Formats: sequence, structure tokens, C-alpha cells
Amino acid sequence: MTATTTVAGLASWRVARLVQRRTETPTAQTLILHVPGWPGHLPGQHVDVRLTAEDGYQAARSYSLAGPADGDRIALTVQRVPDGEVSSYLIDVYAEGYPVEVRGPLGGWFVWRPTESAPVLLVAGGSGVVPLMAMIRARRAAGSRVPFRLIYSVRTPADVCYADELRRRARDDQGLDVAYVYTREVPEGWRGEPHRIGLADVNTHGWPPELEPLCYVCGPTGFVETVADLLVGLGHANRRIRTERFGPTG
Amino acid sequence: MGIVSPGFQGRRRTGGPALPPGQYLTDDFPVLSAGPTPKVPLDTWEFVLSTEAGAEFRWTWPELTGLPQETPTVDIHCVTRWSKLGTRWQGVSLDTLLDGVDTAARYALAHSYGGYTTNLPLDDLRGGRAWVVHTYEDGPLPAEHGGPARLLVPHLYFWKSAKWVHGIRLLVDDQPGFWETAGYHDYGDPWREQRYQGD
Amino acid sequence: MTEMSYLDGNMLDGPLRELFAVDLSAATGRCQSCGTVAPMAGLHVYSHAPGLVARCPTCTQVMLRLVRTPDRAWLDLRGATFLAVPMPLDGPVTR
Repeated sequence: MTATTTVAGLASWRVARLVQRRTETPTAQTLILHVPGWPGHLPGQHVDVRLTAEDGYQAARSYSLAGPADGDRIALTVQRVPDGEVSSYLIDVYAEGYPVEVRGPLGGWFVWRPTESAPVLLVAGGSGVVPLMAMIRARRAAGSRVPFRLIYSVRTPADVCYADELRRRARDDQGLDVAYVYTREVPEGWRGEPHRIGLADVNTHGWPPELEPLCYVCGPTGFVETVADLLVGLGHANRRIRTERFGPTG
Repeated sequence: MGIVSPGFQGRRRTGGPALPPGQYLTDDFPVLSAGPTPKVPLDTWEFVLSTEAGAEFRWTWPELTGLPQETPTVDIHCVTRWSKLGTRWQGVSLDTLLDGVDTAARYALAHSYGGYTTNLPLDDLRGGRAWVVHTYEDGPLPAEHGGPARLLVPHLYFWKSAKWVHGIRLLVDDQPGFWETAGYHDYGDPWREQRYQGD
Repeated sequence: MTEMSYLDGNMLDGPLRELFAVDLSAATGRCQSCGTVAPMAGLHVYSHAPGLVARCPTCTQVMLRLVRTPDRAWLDLRGATFLAVPMPLDGPVTR
């Protein structure tokens, strides 16, 4: 990619149209968008999505890319935010062929490169799983053998995004372990009580700091704060911990 | 203007006779914050009024709440375009605090716990148009809305109503505050839609 | 939504791409107030405000402010003594 295409490509808004949608949970959907000229992206990156109303009113929000690009097609998973003007449009109104504008890919810090060799710990809170799922998918697509562990905190079993795919990948993708933490309600037959993520979860399902894993933590601000503190407390170096907090704007 | 997304309306933006241009009505009370919420214990809280000559007037919490109280019911207008009507507050009028203060200053710079600042003409703090409030809708002002006490200057955009207010400096020359040094209007009249520098 | 209301500096990339050709969230910055050197992506960004306010994760002082008006972008970097921006190697590399 030359410098000039980078400038023109990343800074400007492109028109994207809905190709397909998939229901992930009662409150989350994956949107497949067609974006002509999409330059490709790294797992963990995000886009800004901008909506314009008839009267010129505009609203923009950031969404993580849910997986590697398929040519000109990108996948975003949108979590419904109560009263969120953008998420409710994208979930309830946005139809096949309708345009939105996207800018990106954005964010060169919270990314995983398939050329990395360190073990990886992914810690997701709620819809914070989206960019981490992109890393899991990219790992498989690149044929990487880097060991991955995902700790995924959700309120109830019904809130698990990508549930079938995660089950399949934990079985088939060698070197991928998936552990769940339920905060409100556990599945039938689950051993253990609902609880917020704590030291025991991170210690049991993460990597020892001596292995110098790369840690990616994504979720609401309070969740990320808690997990980052736990990781530091366990002896992980700050520079090995990458975080992505998301807020309640919808 | 961007490409229109069919069916997108966004937040309700119906104006009305009671709303300044470009504002929409909200019933909730959005929390806007440019930094962490400072924790200010009441036993060390104080409000400091300083003049251009260096004189200082200080009020502790019991002293402030012991002054004559007013209960303004006012409409507030945030530059991020929400307006909220009929909000009820309790506090002390700036007329009371400025009473007997000898000054030739024409400007004021409010400053807050946490470092926030905002500038206003001193005249806009007089005439029953500005208060230091500590009570909102019959309860103590919550910290996320500026408690223990905030400035309330409802005839200007709400960023002028400094949260966590700590004092006011009276100045001969205007000194732009936190948002005013980053593109926002020095005066900020919502009815003239003075959002940004140059508006 | 009190002291937990900030986001990571990652989110600055989109708004700053309107001004710069490079990803500033991948840059390293030094806090003018406490001297912490950290990736811009790790700043604490307060976005529920009239503009974006990015603060040092160590001392919470403001390192960057960005206000977007209809026809101008106001960028204030006085709280950062430098930004070190990763750049692609200039020209062919010989080994």
C-alpha cells in the first residue's frame, strides 16, 4: 500500500451497504457490509460508522470488526444499547442495500498480528468479545499455532455471542481454549455460582506471567479496569496488556 | 453532508417555542464529564472568591449553606444539543456572595475541584441570574452532576455552569477557560446559538 | 457513570485521521505533567463532553483535547511534550 492510498483510504468516509445480517443473541446482530475498495485490516481494529438523516443530522459510533475481511466484505457485530440511536437503527431499521458510511480500519494498537509467537490471553466482557473473536478467526485463517486462551464473561448463557462457533472452534482449532464466567445465571449442570470475574478465573484460565503472554482485554470500562488490575497483580507486565474499553453510547 | 441512510432519524430533534435553536428536549439528565469525578469531602470544601486586587472571600460548607437560600426553577441547555426544562435547584445567589465585594473587574473565571475552568462576564453573575447550588430536585446534588456544589448560570450554555465549583476569580481581562481555549464560544448564549468561536 | 466513564485512546484514531495521515493512537506520548511515557492508545478518553479529552493514565492530567466544529478541528496538545509516531521504513532496506 502506498502512502497516498493510505491517506485517501483511511481518512475518508466510504459508502457501505448491508449484504446480510445474522442474529447472534437476542440483543446482538452481525452485519455483513459491502465496502467497495476496502483496504483490508488487522484483527482487533475498528471502524467508525456514520448515519445521516434526511435533515442532515449525523451520528457516528465505533464498532469492532468481527473477523478478517472477505474481499470487499466486512463483518460488524452490533450490540443493542437501550435508547441508542445508532444501534437501534442498525438492528431494527437498516435493510439490505441501504447505505451507511464507514471510516477505517482504525486503531493500530489493540491488534494481534498472526506473525506474533507469544501465547495469547483474551479476556472479554459482554460484547467486548467482538474484536477478540476477530483474533480467533484470524489465527485459524492464518494457520497460526500460537496457543490462545479466551475467558469470556457474560451475564447468562443466552448472552453468549458466537456460541456455536466458539464450541466448534474450541473442539477443532488446535491450541484454543475457551472458558466462561457467568455473572447472573449459569447453564444447567454448571458447577459453580454466578460471579463477577476474579483472581481465580484469571489465574486458572489464563497463562502464567513467566510465559510472557500477550493479554487483550475488551469490555465495559469497569470490567477492563478489574481485569487489568488482576493481570498486573499476577505479575504480567503492563506493556503486555492491551485494553479496549467501550462506553454506553449507542 | 453525508449519504442519507433511509429511515434514520436519530434522537428526536423537534424544537419548540421553549427551546433555543438546534436543541432537542430530553427528560433524563445526561452526565457530561471531561475528567474523573473529584471526591470533595464537605469538611474541607470551600468556596473562594478572589478579586483583581488580591482580596479573598472564603465560605466553608456550613457558612455557605447558612447564607440566604434561593430555589430557582430553570431550563438548562447543553451545547451537545440537549435541553431540559423546569429543573429545580437550591443554593446561594451570586448577588449574595458578591455583596460588599469591592471590584472593578469585568470578567470572572470559575474554577473547579479537578481543574476545570470557564469564563463569564461578571455582569452575567449578577442580577439574580447565577447561583452556587448544592441541591437538585429536593436531594443533595449528586457528584456526577457536580456535587457537592456547582455553578448554575442557566441563561448560558451549560458548560458555563461549572461542576464541582471551588471558586471564582474576578479579572480585569477576559481569560478563556477549559472549553473556551479549545474552540468554544467565550460567551455561549444558547438563544443566539453561540456554540463555537466565531458564532 | 462516574469515574468509570472513560474509554481507551484507541478511539482517537478515527477522529484524528481527519487531521493526520498516520495512526496517532499507535504513537507514544510523554505526559507534560508527570513524565509518563505511554502509548496514546492507553490514554483515558472522556468522550461524553463537548469535545474529546484524553488524560494521562498515571496522573489524569489532560494530554490532548480535540474539538470538532462544523468547519474546524481544534487540537490542543499542550499536555504532551512529544509524540513519537511509528513510520514505515523510508526507502528500500538493504541487508
